[in-house]
This record gives sequence, C-alpha cells and structure tokens, in this order.
Amino acid sequence: MTEHIITASHLTKEFDNFTAVKDISFDIKKGEIFAFLGPNGAGKSTTIKMLTTLLAPTSGTLRVAGNDPVKHQNRVRHSFGIVFQDTSLDDDLTAYENMEFHAVLYGVSKADRKTRIEELMKFVELWDRKDNLVREFSGGMKRRLEIARGLVHHPKILFLDEPTLGLDPQTRNHMWSYIENLNKTEGMTVFFTTHYMEEAARIAHRISIIDHGTIIASGSADELVKQTGTTTLEEAFLKLTGNVIREEEASSADRLRIARKRFRR
Amino acid sequence: MNTIYILWLRQVKKYFRSPARIIGSLGQPLLFLLALGYGFGAIYAKAGGGNYLQFLAPGVICMSILFTSVFSGIDVIWDRQFGFLKETLVAPVSRFKIMLGRTLGGATTATMQGCIVLILAIIFGFRPEYWFNIPIALVVMFIIAVLFTALGTAIASLLKDIQGFQLIVNFLIMPIFFLSGSLFPLTNVPAAISFIASIDPLSYGIDALRSLIIGTSLHSLGLDVGVLLVLVFILLGIGSYLFSLIQI
Repeated sequence: MTEHIITASHLTKEFDNFTAVKDISFDIKKGEIFAFLGPNGAGKSTTIKMLTTLLAPTSGTLRVAGNDPVKHQNRVRHSFGIVFQDTSLDDDLTAYENMEFHAVLYGVSKADRKTRIEELMKFVELWDRKDNLVREFSGGMKRRLEIARGLVHHPKILFLDEPTLGLDPQTRNHMWSYIENLNKTEGMTVFFTTHYMEEAARIAHRISIIDHGTIIASGSADELVKQTGTTTLEEAFLKLTGNVIREEEASSADRLRIARKRFRR
Repeated sequence: MNTIYILWLRQVKKYFRSPARIIGSLGQPLLFLLALGYGFGAIYAKAGGGNYLQFLAPGVICMSILFTSVFSGIDVIWDRQFGFLKETLVAPVSRFKIMLGRTLGGATTATMQGCIVLILAIIFGFRPEYWFNIPIALVVMFIIAVLFTALGTAIASLLKDIQGFQLIVNFLIMPIFFLSGSLFPLTNVPAAISFIASIDPLSYGIDALRSLIIGTSLHSLGLDVGVLLVLVFILLGIGSYLFSLIQI
C-alpha cells in the first residue's frame, strides 16, 4: 500500500458571492510530482491556500503530512515549503539575509543554518551572489532563490503555485531540472499548479484537470490521453473542458495582472 | 524570541539601508525647530515664557518620533503589495510575535530618528538642564515610539492601499501633534484645547520628556509614563488582533 501524504476529501471553499472550489477530492502519494492543470480562476490557488493553512475550507477534510491544516496549523506549516505565484522576497535584504530570515522563522538551529543555506544556495547556483540585494536579481534568479528558501527547513512537500509564470523558456527548463532533481534525490513530494500544458505533461507523474472549481479528470498524461481517445494532452484537455488554454494570451494577461498588482498605489 | 529578534533586525537593517529616508524625514522637524524656534523666540521671551527653543525642542523630538512611528506602519502595506507578508504569515510562528517584532523594530528606528533630532537641536542651541536624565529620556522616547508604531501597524492592517493609509494617518497625526502642547504651553489655553490635550497620548510623552530634560511639566513623571504604558499595552493588543485578521 502506498502512503498518501496529502488527502483532500469533499473540499469546498465558498466566498461571499461565489464558490471557488466545489467538492473536490484527491490523494497525493509520497514522493509524487502532482500537478493541478487549469485556466486562471479555476480554483488552483484557492486549493493551494487551503492546503497551506492560509485559508480555511468551508467544508470537507484535509490531511497534509498527517495533520489537519485547520487544527494543527503550525505542524502543517513545518511540513511544507512554498513558492508563491508572485515573488515574496524582501528586495531590501540580501539573498543570504532572505534565507536566514526564513531559517530563523522556521526554527532551524543556528548550527544547521549556515551549512544548510550554503548547500541550497549552491544547489540553485546563487552562492556567489549571496551578498547582493535581491532587488538586483532577475526574475529567474528570484524564483531560484525562492525555491531554495522554501527548502531551508527540510520540508516533506514543496508547493509551487504557477512557478514559471513570467519566466523565459530557458529559465523554466532550468528551474524544472532543479525540481526533478530534488524529487529524485530526496524523494520530495511536489505539488504544483500550472496552466502550461507541456509543463504538466513533461514534469508531473499525475495530473488533475481542474476548471470552474471542480476536478474534471485525473491521471498521468498518458492515461488522460487514452481516456479521451486523443493524441496529446492538449487535445485531451480540450475534449474534457471544451476550452483551450492559450499559452500566449494567458501569459501576457498574467504579466499585465502582475504589473498591475505591483504598480497599483 | 528569535522570531521577534529577526523581525526587529529586518526593520532596523532596512532603516540603515535607506539614508534618503533618514535624511528626508529630518526636514520637517528641522523646519519646525528653526522657523518656529527662532521665529517665535523673541515674542515668547517678551511674554515672559523664557527661552522658546528650550520649550520647543522636546515637542519637536516627539513630533519626529510620532511621524516616523505611525508611518512605519506603511511597511505592512508595502510587504503586502510586494508579497513578502505571505512569507511571514505562512511561517510556523504566532502572528503576535510577528507583529511585536515589527513594532519593536519600527519603534527602534523612530527612536533613532528622535535621537538625531535631539542632537540637531543641541547643535542649534538647545541646552538640556539635566544631562544625566538623557538615558531615561531615551527610554521614554522608545515607549512613545512603540505606542505610535503599534497604532500605525493597527491602521495598516486594515488597509490595502498606500494612499488610503496616508490620508487616514495625516488626518490623525496632525491633531495629535498640534494639540499635544508641543508648540505652546497648555497652561492658560481654552478649556476645549486643554481637554483634547488631556486625551492626546502625545501630550503625556512630551510632558514626560520636558520634565526629564528641562525640568518643567504639567503632570508628574509617574502619571505620564503610567498613561503611556497603559496605552502601549492597549494598542499592542488591538494592533496584534487586527494584524492576525489579515488574509492573503
């Protein structure tokens, strides 16, 4: 029997005037790379927020690394690392200081701190830039630093919410090779959301297609293709949801959205 | 303890990395000190009040602490907009500790700002009567700073936009400053002003500073510090409650 590290059953989240997530259930195995694939507004981020204790579900039950995110917030928080959709680094601190801040908040002992930070920053190839202010970093470097930061406290699960949004293809590939490497060498469970088809198909062991707050289908990319009698994941997605995710449009709209968030004063 | 320390350290580091902010926020207190201090000095002396600069300096020191403290609450909104707030809110530590660390950090920088104004005042002719009380005065300055930083954090926790924060804060701190007895003595003022001053927290801070540094005061030092401390605890309570409600 395989061990499930994340279990969600009949998970629902209602906001004032709409239901973001409707009665979804899924299990994620230990050591698995699992993807939520769906368009913007499908409920991906809301689900991640519930899994990571930032939002309480309206109904349904959740187990993350053996604990309930609502009842045992801090235990769950120790068990995962997260890379948010938008950067969450402090621009006015150096790369090292950002890592150190995280290590202290997560109670990493002083003795471990230095070696762990050095190890991770070398892993994402930022050690030689450790004393630079984060504001001087490119988008790709910031992402790498965030991944490294998410791993400082030895989490069992890594959550990535649209981790490659706004990154160029080369940086994207680079980033995924780190993640796959981590998954292989440390057996880390990875949960990511994306609206890039090829990313889900190439990286994830299993995919759940989510739209309008419900899971439409789950399985490996091959299984999804077989189920629908199509030849590519893209066609399978189209058949299942009746929609295409247009990468170009979506990504430029997302960039606009990020820019608007940044400059809204 | 570590959590509070690292959040404190972050605020202090950010302060020292922004010399423009340090120097820029000295402009206003300096203007008040020089323009009013020298401008009204002669009239004040003629009216029998003595040396106006001696009276004014503690008020202007408190003003710089008030402004820096309340405005340091804006960091919460910046952090929210730039995403860093998420990093702290998803960490396995209590929101109270996060709020306390931030507040103590903001208060420390505001106290430093107050110290710079004190030094400037001395350069421009302010002469403390009781030099040996200055260490105690620094403690009082820090208490004032904690009080108003907690207020700023509380307001910032409720708001999402910088403009709204600036509007509300200006609306709030101008009367706090002008009616605190910072610029004029609260003896022989109309009853309305004297009443407002009695519910203005800053007036107790300024009174405490005056009694420590120049030896004149309305209330006893014990009353002043007592009022300030009670308010510190109330505002820390309200601030951390509002901060704990922040949703990302």
